[in-house]
Amino acid sequence: MERKHLLTTKELTRSEIEAVLDRAAEIEAEGLHGASRDFLLGLMFFEPSTRTRLSFEAAAKRLGGDVVDLGALEASSVEKGETLADSVRVLEGYADALVLRHPREGAARMATEFIDIPLINGGDGAGHHPSQTLLDLYTIRKHVGLDGLSIGILGDLKYGRTVHSLAAALTNFDVTQHFISPESLRLPRDVRFDLHETGASVKEHTEMDDVIPLLDVLYVTRIQRERFPDENEYRAVAGEYSIDASTLEAAKDDLIVLHPLPRVDEIDPAIDDSPRAKYFEQSHNGVPVRMALLDLLLGGEDR
Amino acid sequence: MSEHELRVSKIRNGTVIDHVSGGQSLNVLAILGIDGTEGSVLSIAMNVPSGRLGRKDILKIEGRELNQDEVDVLSLIAPEATINIIRDFEVVEKSRVERPHRVRGILSCPNHNCITQSGEPVRSDFEVLDDGVRCLYCGTIVREHLAQHLLE
Repeated sequence: MERKHLLTTKELTRSEIEAVLDRAAEIEAEGLHGASRDFLLGLMFFEPSTRTRLSFEAAAKRLGGDVVDLGALEASSVEKGETLADSVRVLEGYADALVLRHPREGAARMATEFIDIPLINGGDGAGHHPSQTLLDLYTIRKHVGLDGLSIGILGDLKYGRTVHSLAAALTNFDVTQHFISPESLRLPRDVRFDLHETGASVKEHTEMDDVIPLLDVLYVTRIQRERFPDENEYRAVAGEYSIDASTLEAAKDDLIVLHPLPRVDEIDPAIDDSPRAKYFEQSHNGVPVRMALLDLLLGGEDR
Repeated sequence: MSEHELRVSKIRNGTVIDHVSGGQSLNVLAILGIDGTEGSVLSIAMNVPSGRLGRKDILKIEGRELNQDEVDVLSLIAPEATINIIRDFEVVEKSRVERPHRVRGILSCPNHNCITQSGEPVRSDFEVLDDGVRCLYCGTIVREHLAQHLLE
Protein backbone atom coordinates (compact mmCIF):
# COMPACT_ATOMS: atom_id res chain seq x y z
CA MET A 1 0.00 0.00 0.00
CA GLU A 2 1.47 3.31 -1.07
CA ARG A 3 -0.28 5.38 1.55
CA LYS A 4 1.04 5.92 5.01
CA HIS A 5 -2.15 6.67 6.92
CA LEU A 6 -5.78 5.69 6.67
CA LEU A 7 -7.88 8.72 7.56
CA THR A 8 -11.03 8.49 5.46
CA THR A 9 -12.38 6.23 2.74
CA LYS A 10 -12.67 9.22 0.40
CA GLU A 11 -8.99 8.93 -0.43
CA LEU A 12 -9.14 5.19 -1.22
CA THR A 13 -9.23 3.92 -4.78
CA ARG A 14 -11.04 0.82 -5.84
CA SER A 15 -7.78 -1.06 -6.34
CA GLU A 16 -6.53 -0.11 -2.87
CA ILE A 17 -9.78 -1.33 -1.32
CA GLU A 18 -9.57 -4.57 -3.28
CA ALA A 19 -5.96 -5.07 -2.22
CA VAL A 20 -7.00 -4.97 1.44
CA LEU A 21 -10.00 -7.25 0.89
CA ASP A 22 -7.91 -9.74 -1.12
CA ARG A 23 -5.23 -9.80 1.56
CA ALA A 24 -7.91 -10.29 4.23
CA ALA A 25 -9.32 -13.23 2.28
CA GLU A 26 -5.84 -14.81 2.11
CA ILE A 27 -5.34 -14.30 5.83
CA GLU A 28 -8.73 -15.78 6.61
CA ALA A 29 -8.01 -18.76 4.36
CA GLU A 30 -4.76 -19.31 6.24
CA GLY A 31 -6.67 -19.47 9.52
CA LEU A 32 -5.74 -15.95 10.63
CA HIS A 33 -2.05 -16.76 10.67
CA GLY A 34 -1.18 -15.06 7.41
CA ALA A 35 1.89 -13.15 8.43
CA SER A 36 4.61 -12.97 10.97
CA ARG A 37 5.52 -9.43 11.67
CA ASP A 38 7.25 -7.94 14.68
CA PHE A 39 5.66 -4.62 15.56
CA LEU A 40 4.02 -2.67 18.33
CA LEU A 41 0.68 -0.98 17.69
CA GLY A 42 -0.28 2.01 19.83
CA LEU A 43 -3.97 2.15 20.75
CA MET A 44 -5.28 5.60 21.58
CA PHE A 45 -8.99 5.54 22.33
CA PHE A 46 -10.30 8.81 23.69
CA GLU A 47 -13.85 7.52 23.45
CA PRO A 48 -15.36 4.29 24.72
CA SER A 49 -14.87 1.40 22.32
CA THR A 50 -15.01 -2.32 22.72
CA ARG A 51 -15.00 -4.02 19.35
CA THR A 52 -12.79 -1.67 17.39
CA ARG A 53 -10.14 -1.64 20.11
CA LEU A 54 -10.34 -5.37 20.76
CA SER A 55 -10.34 -6.34 17.10
CA PHE A 56 -7.28 -4.18 16.42
CA GLU A 57 -5.63 -5.80 19.43
CA ALA A 58 -6.55 -9.28 18.21
CA ALA A 59 -5.39 -8.40 14.70
CA ALA A 60 -2.04 -7.07 15.90
CA LYS A 61 -1.37 -10.12 18.08
CA ARG A 62 -2.40 -12.62 15.40
CA LEU A 63 -0.04 -10.90 12.98
CA GLY A 64 2.82 -11.47 15.40
CA GLY A 65 2.84 -7.99 16.87
CA ASP A 66 1.65 -6.57 20.16
CA VAL A 67 -0.11 -3.47 21.45
CA VAL A 68 0.50 -0.68 23.88
CA ASP A 69 -2.74 0.86 25.05
CA LEU A 70 -2.99 4.46 26.19
CA GLY A 71 -5.67 3.11 28.50
CA ALA A 72 -8.96 4.36 29.72
CA LEU A 73 -9.70 8.01 29.26
CA GLU A 74 -9.96 8.72 32.97
CA ALA A 75 -6.54 7.31 33.72
CA SER A 76 -4.75 9.10 30.93
CA SER A 77 -3.10 12.44 30.75
CA VAL A 78 -6.02 13.83 28.76
CA GLU A 79 -7.75 14.46 32.05
CA LYS A 80 -4.78 16.56 33.04
CA GLY A 81 -5.33 18.75 30.00
CA GLU A 82 -2.69 17.40 27.61
CA THR A 83 -3.38 18.19 23.97
CA LEU A 84 -3.88 15.43 21.43
CA ALA A 85 -0.89 16.84 19.55
CA ASP A 86 1.30 16.10 22.57
CA SER A 87 -0.25 12.70 23.27
CA VAL A 88 0.41 11.37 19.77
CA ARG A 89 3.99 12.63 19.80
CA VAL A 90 4.61 10.78 23.04
CA LEU A 91 3.02 7.53 21.83
CA GLU A 92 4.96 7.80 18.57
CA GLY A 93 8.06 7.05 20.58
CA TYR A 94 6.57 3.82 21.94
CA ALA A 95 4.94 2.27 18.87
CA ASP A 96 5.37 1.51 15.16
CA ALA A 97 1.86 2.59 14.18
CA LEU A 98 -1.14 4.15 15.92
CA VAL A 99 -4.89 3.66 15.95
CA LEU A 100 -6.72 6.77 17.11
CA ARG A 101 -10.31 7.17 18.17
CA HIS A 102 -11.32 10.66 19.23
CA PRO A 103 -14.62 12.44 19.86
CA ARG A 104 -13.80 15.34 17.53
CA GLU A 105 -14.02 15.44 13.74
CA GLY A 106 -10.66 15.91 12.05
CA ALA A 107 -8.66 14.59 15.01
CA ALA A 108 -6.94 11.87 12.99
CA ARG A 109 -5.91 14.19 10.23
CA MET A 110 -4.50 16.67 12.71
CA ALA A 111 -2.62 13.92 14.55
CA THR A 112 -0.77 12.93 11.37
CA GLU A 113 0.72 16.41 11.20
CA PHE A 114 2.67 15.72 14.36
CA ILE A 115 4.00 12.21 13.75
CA ASP A 116 5.99 10.19 11.20
CA ILE A 117 4.53 6.72 11.82
CA PRO A 118 1.39 5.31 10.17
CA LEU A 119 -1.94 6.23 11.76
CA ILE A 120 -5.33 4.61 11.30
CA ASN A 121 -8.41 6.66 12.05
CA GLY A 122 -10.41 4.47 14.42
CA GLY A 123 -13.31 6.94 14.37
CA ASP A 124 -13.28 10.74 14.65
CA GLY A 125 -16.48 12.18 16.11
CA ALA A 126 -19.23 12.16 13.51
CA GLY A 127 -16.57 12.07 10.79
CA HIS A 128 -15.14 8.82 9.48
CA HIS A 129 -14.40 5.24 10.46
CA PRO A 130 -12.57 3.73 7.48
CA SER A 131 -11.46 0.39 8.94
CA GLN A 132 -15.09 -0.38 9.77
CA THR A 133 -15.96 0.28 6.14
CA LEU A 134 -13.31 -2.15 4.93
CA LEU A 135 -14.82 -4.93 7.01
CA ASP A 136 -18.31 -3.91 5.85
CA LEU A 137 -17.16 -4.18 2.23
CA TYR A 138 -15.42 -7.47 2.92
CA THR A 139 -18.66 -8.91 4.27
CA ILE A 140 -20.74 -7.53 1.40
CA ARG A 141 -18.31 -8.81 -1.23
CA LYS A 142 -18.30 -12.25 0.28
CA HIS A 143 -22.08 -12.63 0.03
CA VAL A 144 -23.31 -10.54 -2.89
CA GLY A 145 -20.23 -9.11 -4.63
CA LEU A 146 -19.57 -5.39 -4.93
CA ASP A 147 -21.08 -4.41 -8.29
CA GLY A 148 -24.57 -4.16 -9.68
CA LEU A 149 -26.01 -3.69 -6.19
CA SER A 150 -28.64 -1.65 -4.43
CA ILE A 151 -27.63 -0.92 -0.86
CA GLY A 152 -29.94 0.63 1.72
CA ILE A 153 -28.39 2.52 4.60
CA LEU A 154 -30.80 3.11 7.47
CA GLY A 155 -30.82 5.08 10.69
CA ASP A 156 -28.66 7.91 11.95
CA LEU A 157 -27.10 9.15 8.73
CA LYS A 158 -26.23 12.55 10.15
CA TYR A 159 -23.90 11.57 12.96
CA GLY A 160 -23.09 8.02 11.86
CA ARG A 161 -19.43 7.93 10.93
CA THR A 162 -19.70 4.35 9.70
CA VAL A 163 -22.35 5.60 7.28
CA HIS A 164 -20.18 8.47 6.01
CA SER A 165 -17.24 6.17 5.39
CA LEU A 166 -19.30 3.44 3.75
CA ALA A 167 -21.10 5.91 1.46
CA ALA A 168 -17.81 7.38 0.23
CA ALA A 169 -16.23 3.97 -0.35
CA LEU A 170 -19.23 2.65 -2.27
CA THR A 171 -18.78 5.37 -4.91
CA ASN A 172 -15.90 3.23 -6.22
CA PHE A 173 -18.34 0.48 -7.15
CA ASP A 174 -21.40 0.06 -9.33
CA VAL A 175 -23.83 0.55 -6.46
CA THR A 176 -27.05 2.52 -6.04
CA GLN A 177 -27.20 3.87 -2.50
CA HIS A 178 -30.56 4.36 -0.80
CA PHE A 179 -30.38 6.49 2.34
CA ILE A 180 -33.30 6.03 4.69
CA SER A 181 -33.67 8.25 7.75
CA PRO A 182 -35.91 10.74 9.48
CA GLU A 183 -35.53 14.21 8.00
CA SER A 184 -33.64 15.41 11.08
CA LEU A 185 -30.97 12.72 10.67
CA ARG A 186 -30.38 12.85 6.93
CA LEU A 187 -26.87 12.87 5.48
CA PRO A 188 -24.90 16.01 6.30
CA ARG A 189 -24.21 18.56 3.59
CA ASP A 190 -20.55 17.71 3.15
CA VAL A 191 -21.24 14.00 2.62
CA ARG A 192 -23.97 14.76 0.09
CA PHE A 193 -21.58 17.18 -1.62
CA ASP A 194 -18.91 14.49 -1.97
CA LEU A 195 -21.38 11.92 -3.26
CA HIS A 196 -22.65 14.42 -5.80
CA GLU A 197 -19.09 15.27 -6.91
CA THR A 198 -18.32 11.63 -7.63
CA GLY A 199 -21.51 11.26 -9.67
CA ALA A 200 -22.68 8.45 -7.39
CA SER A 201 -26.16 7.02 -7.79
CA VAL A 202 -27.89 8.17 -4.60
CA LYS A 203 -31.49 8.34 -3.43
CA GLU A 204 -32.80 9.67 -0.13
CA HIS A 205 -35.95 8.38 1.56
CA THR A 206 -37.81 9.03 4.79
CA GLU A 207 -39.75 5.75 4.66
CA MET A 208 -38.37 2.30 4.09
CA ASP A 209 -41.39 0.31 2.90
CA ASP A 210 -41.00 1.13 -0.79
CA VAL A 211 -37.23 0.71 -0.69
CA ILE A 212 -36.87 -2.68 1.00
CA PRO A 213 -37.88 -4.77 -2.08
CA LEU A 214 -35.14 -3.08 -4.16
CA LEU A 215 -32.25 -3.93 -1.88
CA ASP A 216 -29.44 -6.48 -1.94
CA VAL A 217 -27.95 -5.18 1.31
CA LEU A 218 -29.60 -3.38 4.23
CA TYR A 219 -27.12 -1.61 6.49
CA VAL A 220 -28.80 -0.70 9.76
CA THR A 221 -27.39 1.83 12.23
CA ARG A 222 -28.44 2.86 15.69
CA ILE A 223 -30.42 6.01 16.33
CA GLN A 224 -29.19 7.42 19.60
CA ARG A 225 -31.41 8.75 22.32
CA GLU A 226 -29.32 11.90 22.78
CA ARG A 227 -30.05 13.09 19.22
CA PHE A 228 -33.62 13.90 20.23
CA PRO A 229 -34.96 16.61 22.53
CA ASP A 230 -37.54 14.38 24.18
CA GLU A 231 -38.09 10.73 24.94
CA ASN A 232 -41.40 10.40 23.09
CA GLU A 233 -40.03 11.73 19.84
CA TYR A 234 -37.06 9.40 20.13
CA ARG A 235 -39.26 6.37 20.76
CA ALA A 236 -41.51 7.17 17.82
CA VAL A 237 -38.58 7.58 15.43
CA ALA A 238 -36.61 4.62 16.75
CA GLY A 239 -39.68 2.41 16.33
CA GLU A 240 -40.25 3.55 12.77
CA TYR A 241 -36.69 2.83 11.69
CA SER A 242 -36.27 -0.60 13.24
CA ILE A 243 -36.25 -3.97 11.54
CA ASP A 244 -38.21 -7.11 12.30
CA ALA A 245 -39.39 -10.13 10.32
CA SER A 246 -42.43 -8.33 8.95
CA THR A 247 -40.28 -5.43 7.66
CA LEU A 248 -38.30 -7.91 5.59
CA GLU A 249 -41.23 -9.86 4.17
CA ALA A 250 -41.14 -7.90 0.91
CA ALA A 251 -37.37 -8.17 0.57
CA LYS A 252 -35.45 -10.14 -2.05
CA ASP A 253 -34.61 -13.69 -1.00
CA ASP A 254 -30.89 -13.03 -0.82
CA LEU A 255 -31.02 -9.65 0.95
CA ILE A 256 -28.41 -9.51 3.71
CA VAL A 257 -28.69 -7.36 6.84
CA LEU A 258 -25.60 -5.70 8.29
CA HIS A 259 -25.06 -3.55 11.37
CA PRO A 260 -21.79 -2.09 12.70
CA LEU A 261 -22.91 -3.00 16.27
CA PRO A 262 -23.57 -2.43 19.08
CA ARG A 263 -27.26 -2.95 18.41
CA VAL A 264 -29.88 -1.83 20.87
CA ASP A 265 -33.38 -2.53 19.58
CA GLU A 266 -33.18 -1.48 15.94
CA ILE A 267 -32.97 -5.11 14.81
CA ASP A 268 -35.34 -7.62 16.38
CA PRO A 269 -33.22 -10.47 17.85
CA ALA A 270 -35.72 -12.87 16.24
CA ILE A 271 -33.93 -12.15 12.94
CA ASP A 272 -30.54 -13.23 14.31
CA ASP A 273 -31.06 -16.84 13.26
CA SER A 274 -32.18 -15.91 9.75
CA PRO A 275 -29.66 -16.52 6.95
CA ARG A 276 -30.05 -12.80 6.16
CA ALA A 277 -28.44 -11.74 9.44
CA LYS A 278 -24.73 -11.20 8.79
CA TYR A 279 -23.89 -8.70 11.52
CA PHE A 280 -22.06 -11.06 13.82
CA GLU A 281 -20.04 -12.44 10.95
CA GLN A 282 -19.40 -8.84 9.91
CA SER A 283 -18.06 -8.13 13.38
CA HIS A 284 -15.79 -11.20 13.25
CA ASN A 285 -14.46 -10.04 9.89
CA GLY A 286 -12.92 -7.11 11.72
CA VAL A 287 -9.96 -9.30 12.63
CA PRO A 288 -8.80 -10.54 9.18
CA VAL A 289 -9.55 -7.16 7.61
CA ARG A 290 -7.61 -5.24 10.26
CA MET A 291 -4.79 -7.78 9.99
CA ALA A 292 -4.68 -7.12 6.25
CA LEU A 293 -4.78 -3.38 6.77
CA LEU A 294 -1.96 -3.42 9.31
CA ASP A 295 0.07 -5.78 7.16
CA LEU A 296 -0.24 -3.54 4.10
CA LEU A 297 0.29 -0.27 5.95
CA LEU A 298 3.35 -1.66 7.69
CA GLY A 299 5.00 -2.71 4.47
CA GLY A 300 3.07 -5.35 2.56
CA GLU A 301 5.28 -7.93 0.93
CA ASP A 302 8.64 -6.70 2.17
CA ARG A 303 8.67 -8.55 5.45
CA MET B 1 -18.11 62.42 -13.98
CA SER B 2 -21.24 64.54 -14.25
CA GLU B 3 -22.36 66.99 -11.60
CA HIS B 4 -25.22 64.65 -10.69
CA GLU B 5 -22.82 62.06 -9.36
CA LEU B 6 -21.28 61.95 -5.98
CA ARG B 7 -17.61 62.80 -5.75
CA VAL B 8 -15.74 61.23 -2.88
CA SER B 9 -12.55 62.92 -1.80
CA LYS B 10 -9.23 61.26 -2.51
CA ILE B 11 -7.28 59.66 0.27
CA ARG B 12 -3.63 60.46 1.03
CA ASN B 13 -2.40 57.07 2.25
CA GLY B 14 -4.32 53.86 2.36
CA THR B 15 -6.30 51.49 0.18
CA VAL B 16 -9.05 51.88 -2.38
CA ILE B 17 -11.01 48.71 -2.99
CA ASP B 18 -13.00 48.94 -6.19
CA HIS B 19 -15.31 46.52 -8.00
CA VAL B 20 -16.62 44.96 -4.82
CA SER B 21 -19.79 42.98 -5.58
CA GLY B 22 -22.75 45.29 -4.97
CA GLY B 23 -23.85 45.30 -1.35
CA GLN B 24 -20.80 43.50 0.05
CA SER B 25 -18.86 46.47 1.38
CA LEU B 26 -20.06 46.12 4.98
CA ASN B 27 -18.83 42.52 4.92
CA VAL B 28 -15.53 43.74 3.52
CA LEU B 29 -15.24 46.08 6.48
CA ALA B 30 -16.05 43.20 8.82
CA ILE B 31 -13.26 41.18 7.25
CA LEU B 32 -10.85 44.04 7.75
CA GLY B 33 -12.07 44.54 11.30
CA ILE B 34 -13.03 48.15 10.61
CA ASP B 35 -16.10 49.44 12.43
CA GLY B 36 -15.59 53.19 12.09
CA THR B 37 -14.45 53.80 15.67
CA GLU B 38 -10.82 53.90 14.51
CA GLY B 39 -11.27 57.58 13.67
CA SER B 40 -9.68 57.42 10.22
CA VAL B 41 -11.40 58.65 7.09
CA LEU B 42 -13.51 55.98 5.44
CA SER B 43 -15.70 56.42 2.38
CA ILE B 44 -18.07 53.82 1.10
CA ALA B 45 -20.15 53.95 -2.03
CA MET B 46 -22.66 51.14 -2.38
CA ASN B 47 -24.53 49.84 -5.40
CA VAL B 48 -22.92 52.24 -7.85
CA PRO B 49 -23.79 51.43 -11.49
CA SER B 50 -20.95 49.46 -13.05
CA GLY B 51 -20.44 48.23 -16.59
CA ARG B 52 -18.74 45.02 -15.51
CA LEU B 53 -20.67 44.08 -12.38
CA GLY B 54 -24.05 45.72 -12.88
CA ARG B 55 -23.62 47.42 -9.55
CA LYS B 56 -20.59 47.65 -7.37
CA ASP B 57 -19.33 48.98 -4.07
CA ILE B 58 -16.22 51.10 -3.60
CA LEU B 59 -14.33 51.55 -0.34
CA LYS B 60 -11.66 54.13 0.40
CA ILE B 61 -9.81 53.45 3.58
CA GLU B 62 -7.38 56.03 4.90
CA GLY B 63 -4.28 54.87 6.74
CA ARG B 64 -4.54 51.16 6.06
CA GLU B 65 -2.71 48.97 3.53
CA LEU B 66 -4.14 45.47 3.11
CA ASN B 67 -1.92 42.46 3.63
CA GLN B 68 -2.08 39.24 1.63
CA ASP B 69 -4.20 37.33 4.16
CA GLU B 70 -6.79 40.07 4.10
CA VAL B 71 -6.81 40.12 0.32
CA ASP B 72 -7.26 36.32 0.26
CA VAL B 73 -10.39 36.44 2.37
CA LEU B 74 -11.65 39.49 0.54
CA SER B 75 -11.50 37.45 -2.65
CA LEU B 76 -14.01 34.99 -1.23
CA ILE B 77 -16.79 37.56 -0.98
CA ALA B 78 -15.61 40.02 -3.64
CA PRO B 79 -13.90 37.95 -6.34
CA GLU B 80 -13.82 40.81 -8.86
CA ALA B 81 -12.34 43.38 -6.51
CA THR B 82 -9.37 45.53 -7.44
CA ILE B 83 -7.01 46.79 -4.78
CA ASN B 84 -5.27 50.13 -5.13
CA ILE B 85 -2.61 51.00 -2.59
CA ILE B 86 -2.32 54.77 -2.26
CA ARG B 87 0.70 56.65 -0.95
CA ASP B 88 0.75 60.42 -0.98
CA PHE B 89 -2.35 60.55 -3.22
CA GLU B 90 -0.71 58.33 -5.87
CA VAL B 91 -1.64 54.77 -6.77
CA VAL B 92 1.61 52.90 -6.08
CA GLU B 93 0.22 49.43 -6.55
CA LYS B 94 -2.86 48.17 -8.34
CA SER B 95 -3.92 44.53 -8.31
CA ARG B 96 -6.87 42.24 -8.84
CA VAL B 97 -7.64 39.84 -6.03
CA GLU B 98 -6.91 36.23 -6.82
CA ARG B 99 -9.02 33.50 -5.43
CA PRO B 100 -6.69 31.29 -3.39
CA HIS B 101 -6.99 27.51 -3.37
CA ARG B 102 -6.63 27.43 0.39
CA VAL B 103 -7.02 29.89 3.24
CA ARG B 104 -5.07 29.06 6.37
CA GLY B 105 -5.43 30.59 9.80
CA ILE B 106 -8.00 33.16 8.72
CA LEU B 107 -11.43 31.60 9.15
CA SER B 108 -12.58 29.60 12.13
CA CYS B 109 -14.54 26.41 11.57
CA PRO B 110 -18.22 26.79 12.48
CA ASN B 111 -18.36 23.13 13.56
CA HIS B 112 -17.83 23.36 17.33
CA ASN B 113 -16.85 19.71 17.39
CA CYS B 114 -14.02 20.19 14.88
CA ILE B 115 -10.55 19.42 16.20
CA THR B 116 -9.45 22.95 15.25
CA GLN B 117 -11.95 24.28 17.84
CA SER B 118 -10.48 22.47 20.83
CA GLY B 119 -7.34 24.29 21.87
CA GLU B 120 -4.95 22.11 19.86
CA PRO B 121 -1.86 23.80 18.42
CA VAL B 122 -3.21 23.84 14.89
CA ARG B 123 -4.20 26.54 12.39
CA SER B 124 -7.53 26.41 10.63
CA ASP B 125 -7.24 25.30 7.02
CA PHE B 126 -9.94 25.69 4.39
CA GLU B 127 -10.12 24.57 0.81
CA VAL B 128 -11.80 27.12 -1.45
CA LEU B 129 -14.75 25.71 -3.42
CA ASP B 130 -16.58 27.35 -6.30
CA ASP B 131 -19.23 28.69 -3.96
CA GLY B 132 -17.81 28.50 -0.47
CA VAL B 133 -15.05 27.02 1.63
CA ARG B 134 -14.50 23.66 3.25
CA CYS B 135 -12.65 22.79 6.44
CA LEU B 136 -9.82 20.42 5.56
CA TYR B 137 -9.99 18.84 9.01
CA CYS B 138 -13.66 18.04 9.59
CA GLY B 139 -15.03 18.56 6.06
CA THR B 140 -17.64 21.14 7.05
CA ILE B 141 -18.73 23.28 4.11
CA VAL B 142 -19.45 26.98 4.66
CA ARG B 143 -21.30 28.86 1.94
CA GLU B 144 -23.03 31.71 3.74
CA HIS B 145 -21.84 34.55 5.95
CA LEU B 146 -18.11 33.88 5.63
CA ALA B 147 -17.35 37.18 7.32
CA GLN B 148 -18.89 35.85 10.54
CA HIS B 149 -16.28 33.12 10.70
CA LEU B 150 -13.21 35.31 10.66
CA LEU B 151 -10.68 34.52 13.35
CA GLU B 152 -9.99 37.42 15.67
